[in-house]
Amino acid sequence: MSALTSAPRRAGSSSPGIRRGEAAAGWLFTAPVLIILGVFLLVPVLMALWVSFSDWTGRGSPFSSNVGFVGLDNYAAVTTGGGLAERDFGTALRNNAWYVLLVVPLQTALSLFLAVLVNRAVLRGRGLFRTAFYFPSVTSSVAITVLWLFLFSASGAVNEVLSWLGINGPNWFSDPSGVVHNLLGAVGITSGPAFLTGNTMLGVSWWDWLAGPSVAMSAFILMAVFTTSGTFMLLFIAGLQNIGADVQEAAMMDGANGWQRFWRVTLPQLKPVLFTVLTLGLIGTWQVFDQIYTGTQGGPGKTTLTPAYLSYSSAFLSQQWGQGAAIAFVLFVIIVALTILQRFVLRDRPVSRRRLRQYEMPAQKGVQR
Amino acid sequence: MTRHTARNWLAAGALLATGALTLTACGSGFNDTPGESQASGSGKLSILIGSSGDAETKAVTDAVAAWSQQSGVQAEVQTANDLPQQLSQGFAAGSPPDLFYLAPEALAGYAANGSIAAYGDDLANKDDFYPSLVDNFTVDGKFFCAPKDFSTLALIINTDLWSAAGLTDADVPTTWDQLASVAQKLTTDGRVGLAFGAEYQRVGAFMAEAGGGLVTDGKATADSSANVEALNYVKTHLNDGTFAFASDVGAGWGGEAFGTQKAAMVIEGNWITGAMSADYPGVKYKVAELPAGPGGKGTLQFTNCWGMAADSGNQEQARSLVEFLTSTDQQLAFSKAFGPMPSIQSAADAWSTANPDLTAFLSGAEYAQFPPNMAGAADVITDFNAQLESLKTGDPQALLKTAQSNLEAITTQP
Repeated sequence: MSALTSAPRRAGSSSPGIRRGEAAAGWLFTAPVLIILGVFLLVPVLMALWVSFSDWTGRGSPFSSNVGFVGLDNYAAVTTGGGLAERDFGTALRNNAWYVLLVVPLQTALSLFLAVLVNRAVLRGRGLFRTAFYFPSVTSSVAITVLWLFLFSASGAVNEVLSWLGINGPNWFSDPSGVVHNLLGAVGITSGPAFLTGNTMLGVSWWDWLAGPSVAMSAFILMAVFTTSGTFMLLFIAGLQNIGADVQEAAMMDGANGWQRFWRVTLPQLKPVLFTVLTLGLIGTWQVFDQIYTGTQGGPGKTTLTPAYLSYSSAFLSQQWGQGAAIAFVLFVIIVALTILQRFVLRDRPVSRRRLRQYEMPAQKGVQR
Repeated sequence: MTRHTARNWLAAGALLATGALTLTACGSGFNDTPGESQASGSGKLSILIGSSGDAETKAVTDAVAAWSQQSGVQAEVQTANDLPQQLSQGFAAGSPPDLFYLAPEALAGYAANGSIAAYGDDLANKDDFYPSLVDNFTVDGKFFCAPKDFSTLALIINTDLWSAAGLTDADVPTTWDQLASVAQKLTTDGRVGLAFGAEYQRVGAFMAEAGGGLVTDGKATADSSANVEALNYVKTHLNDGTFAFASDVGAGWGGEAFGTQKAAMVIEGNWITGAMSADYPGVKYKVAELPAGPGGKGTLQFTNCWGMAADSGNQEQARSLVEFLTSTDQQLAFSKAFGPMPSIQSAADAWSTANPDLTAFLSGAEYAQFPPNMAGAADVITDFNAQLESLKTGDPQALLKTAQSNLEAITTQP
């Protein structure tokens, strides 16, 4: 026992030998990155955290003596304040939640579909297709936003195409009406029941939470799916190529058809990639900013306002620096919580008994026989 | 094992701390009191403007250069890509520009945190400014900064469409009923009679004409019956198709709707003249005062001032530059270069003589309201605008009530 406990100590302590001084050299070589990360990432994040607890007004240093600690006041203002700040934050969360809810599944499904398509060996000109699908990902989001504003303008290309089908397209980027509300309106439901309209969360009534993304936000949702699918397709291709052909072959020998092979063999093996794609998707969609800043600035009717843009506008435009920082940290907590939840959902479960039975040798019956 | 990790963390922490200290020591440090470093005054003025285009940039640069020559003080003009953000960064870093364009809605926020200097009362020409403009830049009884120029809203009429509809000069509307009836006559398939932006900055003119307004004598009055009447009037005509928001006819703003002839009349400010000559030189138009509503004549005014940083070490010189830039001759030169009206009364006659077709804009100065300028007002107006977009189907009373409660939250603040 004593030998066991002393063994690692001897290895760790500075015994003279060939490995002497290695730790110092290690620190020396990692120091530049540590310093850069510390000064440009850790220190600013800690400063922002302090600002979110202070009454700093944006003048001079946030650490000067005339800046006071106000506890959770800034957080309270955006979550329970009952005023405009709370309603704006609620609206921004509502908009972004719909955005995440639609973009993440759509972009994951589409990128997986594209990856399976272009991964097939029989496909001619695979390189061309891969490049074509990946192309939107390498274009600047600002450039794509400008393109989108043109495509989806009242007399733009999208509405032109819709008119061929006899559809009178909406004026996309100036239509604040919610998609779910519009669908309900189509079947004659124009106002919600009292328990939905009467009760509010974060200053926004439940009926408005359920409004769905506005028509303007829908255009942004299509854009996000269009631009990010290429990136995630690349990840899925890498994952697909790691799956050995022998497993597929074995499944084929067992009589699995293409559909079964995809769901029962390919997809389970893609789980690590799926986890990466979903995590990156969740983080990216909660942080949507560029498109809003260059495209709509939150309009029409605040239906494209997102927490990231609200954080910027309350700090820089309204001089509410504490609230802006608080929103940023609430957003951080939301992203971390959702990532943990997703990790929990996608965890490796032990095979259930019912499922296990399917793998058990049917030979047992034979033995009895 | 635990001791080992603890030591690692200590080492990492020490490295970070020294790194951070070394780097920040080169900078300004964390505990500088703002202004200390510049209190001596470097002698060179920095000026940050949010320019509308090359014409404005050139006019301001030339004017500042002329002043430099005359006073012997160097000065440099920079144009901002995003003025509010660049200003905020300057104030936060303790190195703001000496002089800058400042919008009235940003004034209260900067005044509250002590970023800007209240120099208005020290100006030699302070009595020459229009009183409503002085009010616009007065917070807590202090006249902060010199209005650099201003614009008002007026009714812009497409004269070709006007005569094609059989209307004459005698038909220029002076009441709401007349406005509705000419808008009706001018509305044809694919064209509305009157268009304007879906925002308080245009619709607010109707509220003023009805005798209302968002804030009266420092009190929130958004839910007054006059405002309800104004929004109901607008809503009625949005729904009968004779009025329309610019976005509803596929235009980015009123000027575009007017230039592309999707609207025969628009409510816009002085800036439309520049857009018309640059983008739509073929469209003939005239400018009339907005018709009076039940509460009399009304319009809105828009302005910016020359903000001065409290941290500026060159306040004396900066003030003398402002006096030069707001002088009669200089303001008339600016007006000629990029369109706005002089902010001083002594230039009014010369301006009217030079712009006989645009006098309706200047007449508005007598009765113009201005958007609320207390801290937080910009957010309230953004929220109000968001709701106005659905005025066509919305309930005017309800959206004014929301605006009222938002305004009460900021007007009752100490």
